[in-house]
Formats: sequence, C-alpha cells, structure tokens
Amino acid sequence: MTKHLLSVDDLAGRDGIQRILDLSGSFLEVTQRDMPKVPALRAKTIVSLFYEDSTRTRLSFETAAKRLSADTMTFSVGTSSVKKGESLLDTVQTIEAMGIDAIVVRHGASGAPHQVAQWSNASVINAGDGRHEHPTQALLDAFTLRRHRGPSLDGLNMVIVGDIRNSRVARSDIKIFAALGVNLTLVGPPTLMPSSLEGWPVTMTSDLDSALNETDVVYLLRIQQERIGDALFPSLREYTSRWGLTADRANRLKPDALVMHPGPMNRGIEIADEVADSPRSLVTEQVANGVAVRMAVLYDLLGTGGPVV
Amino acid sequence: MTCLAPEALLSNEIVIVGGTIIDSTTTGTRADVLVRNGLVVEVSPSIAVPSGAQVLDAEGCVVSPGLVDIQVHFREPGREESETIETGSRAAALGGCTAVICMPNTDPPLDDATVVQAVIARGRSVGLVDLHPSGCITIGRKGEQLAPMGELYDLGVRIFTDDGDCVADARVMRRAFEYASALRGAVIAQHAEDPALVHGGHMHEGEWSSRLGIPGRPAAAEITIVARDLELARLTGGRYHVLHLSTAGAADLVRAAKQQGLRVTAECTPQHITLTDAACANYESTFKMNPPLRGEPDRAGVFAALVDGTIDAIATDHAPHAPETKAVPFEQAPPGMLGVETSLAVAMTQLVVPGHLTLQQLLARMSWQPATIAGLGSQQGRPVAVGEPANLCVIDPTTQWERHANESASKSRNDPWEGEKLTGRVRHTVLRGAATVINGVAQR
Amino acid sequence: MTTAPPPLGASQPNPTLQNAGAVQPGVGHEFVSDATENLGGVVVLRSRVFDASALRRSITRIGHEIVERNYGAHEVVLVGLYSRGVELAQRLASSIQQVEGVLPQLGMLDVAFFRDDIGLRAVSPSGPTEVPDVTDKIVVLVDDVLFTGRTIRAALDAMQDLGRPRAVQLAVLVDRGHRELPIRADYVGKNLPTSLAEDVRVRLGEVDGGEDGVELWGPKEGLA
Repeated sequence: MTKHLLSVDDLAGRDGIQRILDLSGSFLEVTQRDMPKVPALRAKTIVSLFYEDSTRTRLSFETAAKRLSADTMTFSVGTSSVKKGESLLDTVQTIEAMGIDAIVVRHGASGAPHQVAQWSNASVINAGDGRHEHPTQALLDAFTLRRHRGPSLDGLNMVIVGDIRNSRVARSDIKIFAALGVNLTLVGPPTLMPSSLEGWPVTMTSDLDSALNETDVVYLLRIQQERIGDALFPSLREYTSRWGLTADRANRLKPDALVMHPGPMNRGIEIADEVADSPRSLVTEQVANGVAVRMAVLYDLLGTGGPVV
Repeated sequence: MTCLAPEALLSNEIVIVGGTIIDSTTTGTRADVLVRNGLVVEVSPSIAVPSGAQVLDAEGCVVSPGLVDIQVHFREPGREESETIETGSRAAALGGCTAVICMPNTDPPLDDATVVQAVIARGRSVGLVDLHPSGCITIGRKGEQLAPMGELYDLGVRIFTDDGDCVADARVMRRAFEYASALRGAVIAQHAEDPALVHGGHMHEGEWSSRLGIPGRPAAAEITIVARDLELARLTGGRYHVLHLSTAGAADLVRAAKQQGLRVTAECTPQHITLTDAACANYESTFKMNPPLRGEPDRAGVFAALVDGTIDAIATDHAPHAPETKAVPFEQAPPGMLGVETSLAVAMTQLVVPGHLTLQQLLARMSWQPATIAGLGSQQGRPVAVGEPANLCVIDPTTQWERHANESASKSRNDPWEGEKLTGRVRHTVLRGAATVINGVAQR
Repeated sequence: MTTAPPPLGASQPNPTLQNAGAVQPGVGHEFVSDATENLGGVVVLRSRVFDASALRRSITRIGHEIVERNYGAHEVVLVGLYSRGVELAQRLASSIQQVEGVLPQLGMLDVAFFRDDIGLRAVSPSGPTEVPDVTDKIVVLVDDVLFTGRTIRAALDAMQDLGRPRAVQLAVLVDRGHRELPIRADYVGKNLPTSLAEDVRVRLGEVDGGEDGVELWGPKEGLA
C-alpha cells in the first residue's frame, strides 16, 4: 500500500487488495483468541479525527488500534476546538505537533482526507469522506463476501441498489469488487444514479426485478429520507415498492444468493425485516469483520517496513 | 468618463525604443514611440532621445495598446485580507493592463453611489491602472430590487452585473434590460448559472464530479440562462454581455444571436480555454471556480468560439482568496482563481504560439474589444498613434518563463498556473504617459 | 550449472536471503545472489551440514531427549514456529509416538505480530496460530535455526498470551550462534559455528520440496 489509504485506488489493484484481505484473515484469527491483542504497533499513536458522528466506525477503528497495542486518541467535533471554529488545517497541525503516526479521518466533505494527507506527515486513513469513498468498508465487504464465496470472486454477479450518486460506500465497493472480478449492476431511481458512468465498470438499470434474477449478491444501500425533499423520489412507499428488497423479492432470489448492507439499516424501507434477519444476510458478519480488516489496514500502513527513522 | 491622472504620472517624457507596433490598425510596424504629457507625440522608425527622457528598451518586443481586463475582483472594500485595490492594481499593471473593471461583489457591494465613489477614488490614488467599478444590477445582489443604476451611471459605471450571483428572476432581468436602455452605453452583464440547477454544486457536473463524489453544476445551468437572457435582450432591445462563458452550448447561442443582430457580447477566461474539470482530480481547491472548469468538449467549444470571434474578449475573473480560506475541503472553499498577472502569457501560450490566433487577433480580444464593451473605447485600446492616450504595453513575445505564485503581486496565492511554463511576458506598462512597470518590475 | 532443484529456505532473521537460493549449484559452484548487500554478491556452498538421513537421525535423538527429560510425552505440547518449525514439530511428534506410543499434542505459532523489527522491514504473518490449551503443560517450542534469539523472544511473548504452561523448552535443528538475547536451546540437532556473513539453509521436503537437508553457504573467499 502507499503511505495513505484515501481510496480503494491506493490498494494497488487486485494483488494489493488480496494481500490486505489475506492479512485481515490473520487478524480475524487474532481477534478470536482469548487474548485478542498483539504488540505489533506498540508505541504507535493513532488519532481518530471525526467530523461526522459515526460511533460504529470510530469504535471499530479504535478497537482495531488497541488490539494492535497502539495508543489511540479521539478528536471528535462535539468535544473539541473544532466547534469553536478551528479550521481543518489548524486542527491537523495541532494533532501533528503531538507526534503521531496515523490519522483516521471521517469528514462530510469529499476529499477532506486528501487534504489532511497533504498537510500531515502521518499516514492518513479515510474513514468515509462525503460522497466520495469509504475504503475500509469496501475491504470488509470484500473480506466478508470472500469468506462465503471465495477465495476467488471472479464472475460473481452483484447488484448494488439505492442511492449510488451520494454513496461513498458504493464508490468504494464498485472499485473493489470490480477489481476482484465481480460483475456489477447498479439499480435505483435514475435520480440517484451518478450523473456520469464514464470509467465505471458497471451496468445500470432501474428495474430491480429483472436485475435480481441472476444475481449472487444483493448489496443494499441506506436510503436517506432527506432525499425526498430534494425531489429525488416521491415517497418511501414508492421507493420500497420499486427498489426495496421485500420478502417477496428475496424469495425469488437464487437459493444461495446473499444479502449485504453497510448499516445502519432502514428496516422496512430498503430491506424487509425478514430479509435482514434471514440466513442470506451477512449484515452482522460485516460489522464483526470490520475490526480485523481495520487491523490489517493499520498494520499494513504502520507496521511493514516504512522508512527506518 | 473622466479619470484625471495624478500629477506625478504626467511629467516625464518616455521613449520606447526598438519595438514593433501592433494595434487595431497594424499587424506590425517597426517604430520608436515618444510619449509626453500622457499622449503619444511621435511614432517613427528612429527617435532621438530628448534629454531627461526615460528610455524603455523594446528591442525584440511588441508595443501595443495596454490590456483591458473587464472582470477582476480586487476585494476592496470588505475582503482586504485577500486583495486590495493597491495589490490588485499592481498585479494588473504587471499583467500589462492599463484598465480593469472591478466586479461589484464587495462588502458592502457596489450598489450604492458612495461605495462606488470610494472605489473610484481609491483606484485613482493608487494610480497603477485605470480602475472602473461595475455596478450591481440589484440591491445587495439579491436579484430583487434594481440598484440605482442611473446614479451609478453618472459616476461612470457602464457594466452592470450581480457577478458571483446570477440574476435568476426573469422579470427582474427584463426590467434591468429595459431600464438600462435609457443609459447610453450601459450593458447588462450576467453571471449565467441558474441557481436552482447549481444548488449545492461545487464543480462541473460530469465524469469527474461523479468520480470525486462532489455535487455538480451542470452545463445546462449556464445554457438555459443564456438562452433566456438572449430572448429578453431580443424582447427589450437591451445590450447583453455574457461573463466568463464556459460552455459550448452557450457559445453556440451567442454565435446564433450575433448572426441575428442581437446586441450581445461575451468573454471567456484563460482558464476555461485551457483547463478542464480533471484539474480538480486531487481536490485542489485552487481549481474551484464558478462557473466551473468544464469537460473537454466544452473547453474546446469555448476555445473555438474565442478563435472564431463569437467570444469578443478574454477577461480573467481574477478572484483572490486568502490562503486560509482556500485551505479547506474543496466543497467548503470559495470559488475563484488568480489571473490578471498571467492572462497575456497564458493566452499567448495557448493561442498564439500554436498558431490559433495572431498576436494582433489576441490583442483585439484583450485590449480594444473589451475596451469597447466597457465603454472605454476613447481612452483604452487606442492605436499607437500621435495624439492618442499613452496607455501602452510592451510585450516580449518569445521569452519563456515559469510561473511561481509566490512571486505574485497579489495578496493571495490561489494561482492555477503555479509551475506552468509560459511563453511571452509583459516587459513594460505605460499608463497615461507614465511607466507603471519597467522590465517586469512595478514602479510603485 | 547443475539443474535447479527447489529453493532452500533461509534461516531467520536474514530476510534478504529469502529468495537467494533460486538457483542451487553444487559445492564449489558460485552464483551472484540478490543478497549482494550482505554477501558481497557471490555466495558459494561451504558445506552440507545434514543430509536427509542425518537430519532424520537428529530428529529422532531430539525426540528421545524430550521424552527422557520430561518423563514421557503425556504433558508435552510441541509448538512449531512457522514455517519450518511447524513441519519439524510434526516430525518430532511422529518420532515420539514411535518411541512412546503416544502422540504428543501439537500446536503451531505465528510470531509475526510479536516481532521487535515490525516497521523496520516487511513482517507478514505466515499462517494461523493454533495452540491447544497449554495450562500446566510443558511447551516445547520447535524451530529450525537458532540465531539471534529474537524469534524465540517473540514466541515466548506470544505464548504468554495463550495461557500459562508449567514450563517452556526450546528445540532447534541447528544452533548457529550469534545470540543477541539471553536465550539457550534445550535440545539442539547440531551446534554449527558460523560467521555472520554465512547463511544456514534448511530444506524440508514438505515445505520446500526436494530432499531434506541443511547447508552452509557463504561468500566466496576473497570476495567477502
């Protein structure tokens, strides 16, 4: 990997992705021990800099860091000088002055981690930036799917349903699954599709039912209720009837087809209760694998042969 | 309008020696130029230098009318940490300008005679460039109530615009056209982006906005406003100017409108004919501006429209922003780039060096045509001839140099041409008979 | 050049040698190694330490010593360190089974995340750690070559997180000296004095392919 993980692009293609997924396997084994902790990143300091509330992602990263014996610090908007109007640049310089090795950044603006990377000597890990990317989510999705359909995902058919245009999860997942040989179809209302698919290795349709016939994996994105006000679709009821994975639709899936969701789910909207809790659903496992995958990312960035100082 | 020069600039004699004149009447005449008391007094192949006269070496250089940049933001009053009339004027002089039109989105905005008078006075006291304010179309640039256009007109304002914001309400725009038609030589200039369509957007909507996850500003936002405004110009007989035109579609509309005889002019920026939205790939906020850098088809369309004469002028939209305001995530950064210091060099590199335009054709688009649009045709962009105002620019057309923003006279550093290798550079600038720039160095 | 048998593995912790043996000449032949940094570019085979049968006999002897010292194999857990230690532990277990009629419990341990040179070089895990309950057991760590002792230090730390054995012992095939930590092996196949410029290469058929053997390689005289 490069010094930073800002985008799935930084994983250097299929081989690099596979390497992190293999490493994640080793760390999954570590997390299952009675003593789920190794001293690999002792004396490293990792800061989580979260400009958006995301307790799940932040805890997942911090757990990963602690299980690698790194020291962790949290800089969250609610409790810091950020609230007092300190700029991102000033915040980064302040954190940097403390002598740290990695910054985990979550920000509402696309590209914010790119800027942090320019301003900091530490490794920067993108924990979700605006509508851009969420590379560790993609890694844990790929890791989870690989445990069920792997090691090779070549030729699998995946349907990603929902608000692709505004989804950082979709952008990262499309890159990672395409790199791993998965055939991708994007489904949703045309108002929630990207304005350009130039350079995206995907096909697109608005007809969920036809897309589901041949699919091995259905990946559902969280639907944001605010989008209704923005004239992007008429109502949640209409969304569910056309693009929700209802129990009916799930029953027509191939018997071994799997269902994924990055969480938190809107039960009864993009995913029916019965489907979310069915054996097809990998949702709980996705969350569980998050720590191991983030350990692999932290270890790979900080633990494997950086420049000797 | 009357712009009395400070006494200090009037005294000396200047001889510009060894250059070749290019202006609206000649594509190249070898001649020395003698300037006295603000006027050109002699143009001939060899002039004996009078004692006490200042000599400006123009060997191998082009002597042309000074450049006229009809869209700059000098931020004063209100944003003096980004630029002042003094620093902006100095940058303009270094860029070869002898006149600029300041946009009205200051704080307070130029919707009031007092503020406009203050800006004019400040421009005169700095005295590095003839600074002409534009005036707001509507009070507070809110797009609702007409600004006192007549009062501002009487102070010399000719270009009316809410630049930075589009006059979105068609009824208000119609009234502005109608009202301004009583003001001879006034022009309604539009920042053509429909606010409803660009709402929440930060870059051109297309391949790169989709990849980067940045909400887009579609080309259609510009095209629909230009189409509407052209119909309003037709309806009212009003004079219309498209600021920083950025789409092939709008260029086509302007081309057709001109053929139909509508009173329409247009300008584009050096950046819109050179750069595309791919420049935003690293979330570099320097490359954020409104209207945004477009995709390649639009860039090429605007470039072609500039070459074929559909677009009348190059203006820079010189938009300084203090470094700390740009050192934020792309979506939070203010839009705008520097330009007034580099526009000639960038335009020569893009247009003249590859042979798309002759230097005379380029100077038409950077001097006498914009001067005419802004109502400055009697003072600016004049031929280099006896009796004309000595607003001149001496250009070294072959020198190659690399742009470094830290050498800029501007207070800001949001320069899209950082590190760019450019051909052609302004050597001297003469404003009403006094040198403001000699050998690339501002004299004040 | 002779034909090229599968590569010999390099002894820890000399990672630059991992791929150095891609071509395996006979004694006296020379080739230019990738590991020019340490070896001056040209390494030659100095001596064959063990052939297949000597290696087998050595394992058998170590098995006997383990049984003898621990009064049988009932409480012994053989924990192999990746990668060749895992294979050696299995061979030791079968050997002990033949003597005692009891197959000792086996474990495998990956010490990568416990190493002290993480960040100085690429340290990647070699396989899953699987160790049975070691509480009150006698753990015998098994590795191929004992060199600086740093791998064993890491293994002791890793063991500590896995339980509290009654005792931890160490069995190695080759002790080549140059300890950097106060660590000593309890069972040694062969004490082999070496220079730092030399490289002990252990080959186990199951891991590396080809015939079992241990060889000592070093720089060609005069070139080192």
